[in-house]
Amino acid sequence: MAVLSEEQVMLQEAAKNWTREVAPVTAFRALRDSANREGFDRALWRQMCEMGWAGILIPESYGGSGLDYLSIGLVLEETGRTLTASPLLSTALVATAALLLAGNDRQKTEWLPKFATGEALGALAVDEGAHHAPQRVELTARQKGAAFVLNGSKSFVVDGATADLLIVAARSSAAPGDENGITLFLVPGTHPGLVRSPLHMADSRAAARLQFRDVEVMSDAVLGTVDKGFGVLDAILDRARAGLAAEMLGHAAQSFEVTLDYLKTRNQFGQLIGSFQALQHRAARMYTELELTRSCIEAALSACDRGSAEVPALCSLAKARAGDLVHLVSNEMVQMHGGIGMTDAHDAGLYLKRARVSEATYGSPAFHRDRYARLMGY
Amino acid sequence: MSDLESFRSEARSWLEANCPPSLRGTSGRPAQGEEVWGGRRQTYRNPEAKLWLERMAAKGWTAPTWPKAYGGGGLSRDEAKVLDSEMRRIGAAAPLLSFGLWMLGPVLLEYGNEQQKREHLPKIVRGEIRWCQGYSEPGAGSDLAGLRTRCEDRGDHYLINGQKIWTSYADQADWIFCLVRTDTSKKHEGISFILFDMATPGVEARPIRLISGSSPFCETFFTDVKVPKENLVGRLNGGWEIAKRLLQYERQNISAGGFGSGFGGGLELEDIAKKYVGEVDGRIADGDLRARVAEHRMQARAFALTVRRLADEAKSANGPSPAVSILKYAAARLNQERCELLVEAMGYQGLGWDGDGFSAAEVQAMRDMLRSKGNSIEGGTSEINLNVVAKRVLGLMDHQ
Ligand SMILES: Cc1cc2nc3c(=O)[nH]c(=O)nc-3n(C[C@H](O)[C@H](O)[C@H](O)COP(=O)(O)OP(=O)(O)OC[C@H]3O[C@@H](n4cnc5c(N)ncnc54)[C@H](O)[C@@H]3O)c2cc1C
Repeated sequence: MAVLSEEQVMLQEAAKNWTREVAPVTAFRALRDSANREGFDRALWRQMCEMGWAGILIPESYGGSGLDYLSIGLVLEETGRTLTASPLLSTALVATAALLLAGNDRQKTEWLPKFATGEALGALAVDEGAHHAPQRVELTARQKGAAFVLNGSKSFVVDGATADLLIVAARSSAAPGDENGITLFLVPGTHPGLVRSPLHMADSRAAARLQFRDVEVMSDAVLGTVDKGFGVLDAILDRARAGLAAEMLGHAAQSFEVTLDYLKTRNQFGQLIGSFQALQHRAARMYTELELTRSCIEAALSACDRGSAEVPALCSLAKARAGDLVHLVSNEMVQMHGGIGMTDAHDAGLYLKRARVSEATYGSPAFHRDRYARLMGY
Repeated sequence: MSDLESFRSEARSWLEANCPPSLRGTSGRPAQGEEVWGGRRQTYRNPEAKLWLERMAAKGWTAPTWPKAYGGGGLSRDEAKVLDSEMRRIGAAAPLLSFGLWMLGPVLLEYGNEQQKREHLPKIVRGEIRWCQGYSEPGAGSDLAGLRTRCEDRGDHYLINGQKIWTSYADQADWIFCLVRTDTSKKHEGISFILFDMATPGVEARPIRLISGSSPFCETFFTDVKVPKENLVGRLNGGWEIAKRLLQYERQNISAGGFGSGFGGGLELEDIAKKYVGEVDGRIADGDLRARVAEHRMQARAFALTVRRLADEAKSANGPSPAVSILKYAAARLNQERCELLVEAMGYQGLGWDGDGFSAAEVQAMRDMLRSKGNSIEGGTSEINLNVVAKRVLGLMDHQ
């Protein structure tokens, strides 16, 4: 565990208590089994905002508390433990980071105060195909006088159906696959040319498919510079990766602890199953992986705080390790619980499904291994 | 022409004439939703599936090697292999999926008395009675011999009280083969193997939902269930040996069938990968995924070759050896890997639960991946399989 400031310790304690008392896994299960199609509970989100979590990254001048990525990572880790579904990642981290990294004063003034209170929600729309591939943006942005016209689709937009503000990566020039020629746009979620279809994902969290038909926005909707959006996009994505990795760390830690508990309570052959070395070593290995991964995630978050040149490499490291970690732990959770782990009534399945979705989101371990190697020059 | 060759041509022309078109060209299993498990509740979505079962059952070819006297095909092992290869040649679907065929039948042949064999085996062959397996209990999973369901001798009948769990298809089955405790003073030597009708008063099966969304197994409760004495198989308190034998058949069957999803059947992993990831010069565009697909394919090949080699080497008719445990372990791992790779290859499209935006095959890939996690638990966990290999095959001692 990194050395935390007093403020961070308080934040972490608050998040621990709130998730335990107000938003335990049973709350997520109830949400899943309810008629709610938004993918999160607005009442819980309001409480999170009242505690100031939506504004953690937002400077005080825009109504936030001006804390850092490490801080929001602490909260995400706790909500990851209980699978709490909320726009914390999509709005308070990803969309906020986008505006902080590339927004002009007017854009920041318009959106950040609303993000800080949670009254507006944001989402990042990048991928169009089955896999995370930010360079492959095809959705076109055609210049038309002082306006741009967007046409195309986005395949998997986290919290895309409820977002008030969409940050859309579009191709303004060059061919798909080229890092040049990508421009980011701020598009209101209610734009009439936009069709948003919520997807029913295995993890019961919110994601949407978006279709853009002649979505016309004025040039003041450009976030950053025309054709030069990739650098910012990559920086936003890196913060998203580090934040999601923090959530995954909490998720893995919780599934590990529940499993460890089971090893200490379930009896077979007249002894605790945790007395079998075959299971002991695997538990010890999971613990090792958890510790190794925690270091990577903390390093990635604090690199984001320092704006270090190592951000891309550390975020790929963190996301790849987090992906491998939740994969391992979610499988072991089911296996070590035996038959009961296969039942819907047990939480193991909820963690397993969330694991697979978060492994793929913002790049799978395979994606990040490749990116890491490229960044390192081999 | 040798006898075997003339049998081959006979089998080939019979299959040509009798296997309905809709049951050909499969990977060995009927289309999803059209599987035939038999029993009193069986309904047929595809009328040809009914015809196919009736024709095969009339020949006794649903159970090719069982004696004709009990409704089987009376084939030698070599003839059965020929029949199998002829069925594969045309991709004929198995006419009947059945715990009776895979598990109960073989042990009844070995341990059942004449009356039991005549009563139960023909109905299994014809798919008239569907069986379920009452082994696991809440407190007795891996430690199966710790089971507690009580079976008391009440003079003219047995009285059964207790609970089973994870009983696959208990709500669909007609009869159960069940392990019960007939002596509480001993562990393994206090277990008996008994058969009874699920329609007997006092039997209740409550479905349990799986993480993949379906409810194929149940909690099964027995309250003062009266069972005729002649339903005991083998000796009183001699059920453990039969129980273990049955598990060997179960594991053998699981490994041979590759958990039903088949190897090479259904969606081809490399095609899916190319479709969703893209291809460069005929190669899967993502080198990392490509290496892992190849690794999996090679493991699958090694597995198939091993199944074949062990079958060829099994000269004696003594049934499967403990080495079969490695096959069940390996089959579970392979199927899980295949399912995971399919989901990974499909990317976001493999992460759907249902609804618009996902094809049926994409949703199925996710559900199959989740279901496959049970492969290393059902029929004895992988840990227990490996323990068996370590102890019985390798002669390694317990930690003292
Ligand atoms: C899909 C599915 C279908 C099933 N169908 C049936 C059925 O039809 N009929 C039936 O009777 N049962 C059925 N089962 C139950 C299955 O046989 C049991 O779940 C299995 O034997 C494990 O028992 P358990 O669930 O009690 O787990 P436990 O025995 O409690 O095991 C928990 C964990 O401890 C491990 N463990 C236990 N002992 C040891 C040891 N000595 N060394 C190392 N590790 C150990 C296990 O491997 C597992 O990882 C089914 C199960 C599944 C998942």
